[in-house]
Amino acid sequence: MPKRTDIQKILVIGSGPIIIGQAAEFDYAGTQACQALMEEGYEVILINSNPATIMTDESVADRVYIEPLTVDFVSRIIRQEQPDGILATLGGQTGLNLAVELSKSGILDEYGVELLGTNLDAIQKAEDRELFRTLMNELNEPVPPSDIVTTVEQALAFVKEIGYPIIVRPAYTLGGTGGGLVYNEEQLREIVAGGLHQSPVNQCLIEKSIAGFKEIEYEVMRDGNDQAIVVCNMENIDPVGIHTGDSIVVAPSQTLTDREYQILRNSSLKIIRALGIEGGCNVQCALDPYSENYFIIEVNPRVSRSSALASKATGYPIAKLSAKIAVGYRLDECKNPVTQTTYASFEPALDYVVTKIPRWPFDKFDSANRKLGTQMKATGEVMAIGRTLGESLLKAIRSTEVDLSHLRFAKPLDISHEELRQKLVHADDERLIYVAEAFRLGYDMEELYNMTKIDRYFLYEIKQIIALEKVVEENGWNVDTIREAKKYGFSDTEIAQLLRADIREVEAFRTEHNIKPVYKMVDTCAAEFASETPYYYGTYEDENESLPTEKQSVLVLGSGPIRIGQGIEFDYATVHTVKAIREAGYEAIIINNNPETVSTDFQISDKLYFEPLTIEDVMHVIENEKPMGVIVQFGGQTALNLASDLEERGVNILGTTLENMDRAENRDKFEQTLMKLEIPQPEGKTATSVSEAVAIANGIGYPVLVRPSYVLGGRAMEIVYNEQDLLKYMDRAVKVNEKHPVLIDRYLTGKEIEVDAISDGETVVIPGIMEHIERAGVHSGDSIAVYPTQNISEALKKQLIDYTIRLATGFQIKGLMNIQFVIHRNEIYVLEVNPRSSRTVPFLSKITGVNMANIATKAILGLSLQSQGFQTGCLPEPELVSVKVPVFSFAKLRSVDITLGPEMKSTGEVMGRDYTLEKALYKGLIASGMKISTHGSVLFTIADKDKEEAMNLARRFHRIGYHLLATEGTAKAIQDENIPVTVVSKIGGESPNMLDVIEKGQAQFIINTLTKGKQVARDGFRIRREAVEHGIVCLTSMDTAEALLRVMELITFSAEPMGQETPRKKGITV
Amino acid sequence: MKRLLVLENGEIFEGKGIGSERERDGEVVFNTGMTGYQEVMSDPSYCGQIVTMTYPLIGNYGINRDDFESIIPNIHGLIVKEASAYPSHFRSNLTLDEWLKHFDIPGIQGIDTRKLTRMIRENGTLKGRICSADANIDEVIAHLKEIPFPTDQVATVSTKTRFVNPGSKERVVLIDYGVKKGIVKNLVAEGYEVMVVPHNTTADEIRLFQPDGIVLSNGPGDPKDVPECIETVRELIGEVPIFGICLGHQLLALACGAETVKMKFGHRGSNHPVKDLRTGYIAITAQNHGYTVEPISLIDTELEITHINVNDGSIEGIRHKEELAFSVQYHPEASPGPEDAQGLFKEFREMLNEHATRKGIYNA
Repeated sequence: MPKRTDIQKILVIGSGPIIIGQAAEFDYAGTQACQALMEEGYEVILINSNPATIMTDESVADRVYIEPLTVDFVSRIIRQEQPDGILATLGGQTGLNLAVELSKSGILDEYGVELLGTNLDAIQKAEDRELFRTLMNELNEPVPPSDIVTTVEQALAFVKEIGYPIIVRPAYTLGGTGGGLVYNEEQLREIVAGGLHQSPVNQCLIEKSIAGFKEIEYEVMRDGNDQAIVVCNMENIDPVGIHTGDSIVVAPSQTLTDREYQILRNSSLKIIRALGIEGGCNVQCALDPYSENYFIIEVNPRVSRSSALASKATGYPIAKLSAKIAVGYRLDECKNPVTQTTYASFEPALDYVVTKIPRWPFDKFDSANRKLGTQMKATGEVMAIGRTLGESLLKAIRSTEVDLSHLRFAKPLDISHEELRQKLVHADDERLIYVAEAFRLGYDMEELYNMTKIDRYFLYEIKQIIALEKVVEENGWNVDTIREAKKYGFSDTEIAQLLRADIREVEAFRTEHNIKPVYKMVDTCAAEFASETPYYYGTYEDENESLPTEKQSVLVLGSGPIRIGQGIEFDYATVHTVKAIREAGYEAIIINNNPETVSTDFQISDKLYFEPLTIEDVMHVIENEKPMGVIVQFGGQTALNLASDLEERGVNILGTTLENMDRAENRDKFEQTLMKLEIPQPEGKTATSVSEAVAIANGIGYPVLVRPSYVLGGRAMEIVYNEQDLLKYMDRAVKVNEKHPVLIDRYLTGKEIEVDAISDGETVVIPGIMEHIERAGVHSGDSIAVYPTQNISEALKKQLIDYTIRLATGFQIKGLMNIQFVIHRNEIYVLEVNPRSSRTVPFLSKITGVNMANIATKAILGLSLQSQGFQTGCLPEPELVSVKVPVFSFAKLRSVDITLGPEMKSTGEVMGRDYTLEKALYKGLIASGMKISTHGSVLFTIADKDKEEAMNLARRFHRIGYHLLATEGTAKAIQDENIPVTVVSKIGGESPNMLDVIEKGQAQFIINTLTKGKQVARDGFRIRREAVEHGIVCLTSMDTAEALLRVMELITFSAEPMGQETPRKKGITV
Repeated sequence: MKRLLVLENGEIFEGKGIGSERERDGEVVFNTGMTGYQEVMSDPSYCGQIVTMTYPLIGNYGINRDDFESIIPNIHGLIVKEASAYPSHFRSNLTLDEWLKHFDIPGIQGIDTRKLTRMIRENGTLKGRICSADANIDEVIAHLKEIPFPTDQVATVSTKTRFVNPGSKERVVLIDYGVKKGIVKNLVAEGYEVMVVPHNTTADEIRLFQPDGIVLSNGPGDPKDVPECIETVRELIGEVPIFGICLGHQLLALACGAETVKMKFGHRGSNHPVKDLRTGYIAITAQNHGYTVEPISLIDTELEITHINVNDGSIEGIRHKEELAFSVQYHPEASPGPEDAQGLFKEFREMLNEHATRKGIYNA
């Protein structure tokens, strides 16, 4: 059947903010879907709350609404737009859940909106554990023995029948939130209780654990004509027991016989047909390594993280075709976009191995529990392609950017055998490295197999890598050995280390002996058909398929895996840079390694190199392509960090020069420049030793802000209040030395201002000035940003503009820059100048209509800002107020303190926009997942230093009818203000204590500010975590609380008895 | 040990030897399947060919005792990017290298198999030889250019004697041109009594068995190399329902007056989409053939096209308009490959039923 003509207007639902378990893959899927529908001539309406995405670009759909993804707001849009159909299967779990809710609410029926793609019935059958199990039984497909429970007691009773270990899976949660592997009753009680709470339907599935089985995934597609195919299968190196999002995965499967492959293929197709899915679907299976027995673990009736990976791994665009199927196309009517000659109804054949490695946030959260289980913890992932498993695996390892260039820790391993065993048995994020280290220590395969249950095939491949290390060490500068090592994926860095040489010596040796990679095409068909896909990976073989064209080219470095501090915003900027380069008439070449993103869609650039972003891998591409220059300022710190090594190798860095970038990043040079420009900054100095740090801090006076230089996302940044804490910080957080200095600044409280600007060296364009709700001290990425500013006088604004222009010219910025200011006692100080694209670029671009990355790129390429129609200065501000609200994934990361501070913790962001700040905030907070009820209770537990300020909040909460709860000291302060309050005791105190309040959900909000001192600090931490665990909004910044109050005051009415003293407006003085 | 793959066009690939050290010639073909190397290597249709696996890692799950498609493999060589030295699977009992050595089959690993595949795609299949590093290359090339493609593969791989797989249902004669075990397995699973006969069994000899149906098996090489087989099929059309698979399909076409031609590089792999023109249903199929039925040649025959390849539009299935005979170019038995087309065995079953009905009416 060709496309449907009975529908014209389609509403597409996006996936909202980036959170753990739902990341950039849905930007890629959603963007592809919208484009596919537009191509077909449909009118596409998009709703998504996430401003940082390509998907929410104006050009992606006919009309884009950046609004909260709630029934309320989507219903408004349905009423306004009256679409014929709604497509929810590309918006992740958020999209699916919303579709279910919308349907239940009746709005779809009321307006005759058809749910396109997979129908509701199928979604529920796949998502509802009980329905799913029933279906599997009907189909005769095996599922592990399991039961649905709604109480802890039911769980205990069932486990009596099937025994431990068991897996707990809460129903309808993302990325396995709240679930886990359970070995005993104590764990069961804790995890089931938490899981029931997390589940929106208060259900948990208790399942017999099949940990140790091979975990195999099939990505399948089906059309309305019941034709179904497998796009790709994947094998998790980590066996069942670790969430697939946290597993190292290879594609295609490596250890399955054809018989096993077909058994699982048949099951997957049977299931997708039985569910009646129209579009993409993911089936997860567990296969016994010692028989052909298998179980079906889970089905995701939508495109997913795995389907993004499968699309990039094979070249087969699952999301695009899912969208086409949703509007009636059949697979055999759609061209395979890779070959352009064959059709979509075939199964890709790979002639390479793909490895995916998750990127975890543990480098930022050293306190987080690193153990991996059924609850996903990774924020992003990398993918690598190679012709051998070693090559694929090692390329993936060095793509993760966690200081690894090989299966080897940066520091020599210093743990006991017992500790090592523990690391091997209980997997954490570094297990694969420990496996390698164990081989180096002489552990044998069987021993390691028994401890890890990683298939011997993979263990052997790792063992081979270790064996080759020895050969390299022994043979030294031997051409054949080094060629062999390169074929196995060894980096120059590792070879240099083995040969105790410098990386430049290895480079020179390779050049001398012509050991360099060639590039092969990803073509979906193992070269069977001629293809035109400009999608390549490097490998050490004979034939190079990627020949440079006649056209002048520009290379763009992407930003690698999504991590806290370097999120999807940088992919957004990268994509726009690429587009701008093409518009400017150059060939745009991109290197990136993140399979989730839009930038690694091969249709975005003229050429995509799916390669690690290390100096070596980037130089190989440069040597092959010989671009006229490289743009590094859009790929976050990843790309920026490569700049000096690139320039050292004679590569032309386009845009702001390395020297100027260094002036902004190097503290001393920065200070000198600012002095010259006569712009004040908080007093501060660089320390290269602990004693120096102490001296500087004493000179400046506490509190001070300390941080290592050259970081993004405020890693290891802290506000320190006394010398003791400073010493602790120096010991714990940084390795201070000449090469890695630590910056110590005076901590100025005040309003934080953020400015993004574009400069071509002459003209400086400021699209907008943003104001942060939270005062300086809270990382800008974790603050609510408001545009246009609400509380800044015209005079200060003028000064901000003046400073920005002086800074842009002073630092000779060519391209983008981002500046953070603080207004302390009506004086403006510069906190930071970042000579690159920033987190706020997409937000600001969207609300101002100025495509900053595009304009900046063209400026970099020589098209002056004047010729692009701009003049120096700040653009006029609009009437609408927009806010950017951070979104956190604390529920996924146990034992991480949620207190906001100078270190960034949020994973994503949403936007709210309306005619007043309060309305915009309301939308922003709602979109970020906050539930705002108009009545209820609020629990105050406030540090002494904040008590005075908190009283104003307490009074306002009381005024809107909220019941106040507070701990003793805080309660006393509130009582002193004549506000009624209920005292709750501290943790461990008599009932009602704080934990009771939290556990019973007796408070809607908790306002908690950070207290110093051991016991109280621990209690504070406990309270904050318990709040997260129980889904209670916990605010740690008075400013956020104040913003929330403003919203609540907007949506509630006050009830004041007559005749009482009420706040008065300022009288008019004549 | 260093080994070379020399091609008739003068291209030389250097790699490492696996399996036998013997030197053998063959037509170099490629298979794009990502699993099923054991089935491929033992598939008699590859008789005389040197098979390149495009998937780079081969031998990962070893060789087991079950997954053979014939007792004695007939490939002349195997080309892989990397042969696993340490297979991992509970059914594995040999490595790839050990198995190749056991059957004296030469192999080569460590070459750029993608380059080779692209070369075959551009040039068509090429004759080649896996030889030692010190071979006289000019002589090898001259020799390769000179030697014709073999024509006797069917006789090599077909059974020499008749044998029966007992069953309780209809009797099916399976003419073995190099049958894969998978076909026998599927027929046995249907409950048939399967009488396997050599390729050169005459029509009269087959009539003596009084079969209820005939299956023409797959097999190696050019169907025109076995004219006597074509003749036998021609005689039997109309008498008993016939189901042809792969070479059997080409023989049925030729027997009905159609033509076959050699393809540039054939279809070999597990991902070929085939559309049933009668239902629109698309099956992902396993294929292994270097010849194809020429569509235009069907014009003056009693044949109609039932299936086509979605990618290149080539004929994948035909049916006799009057008589009970049909055939497909691909492998409904899979092994290796997807099992989407197993319904064809049911179709054959229906044909047998219809034949019985027709006979009943005729006899009444």
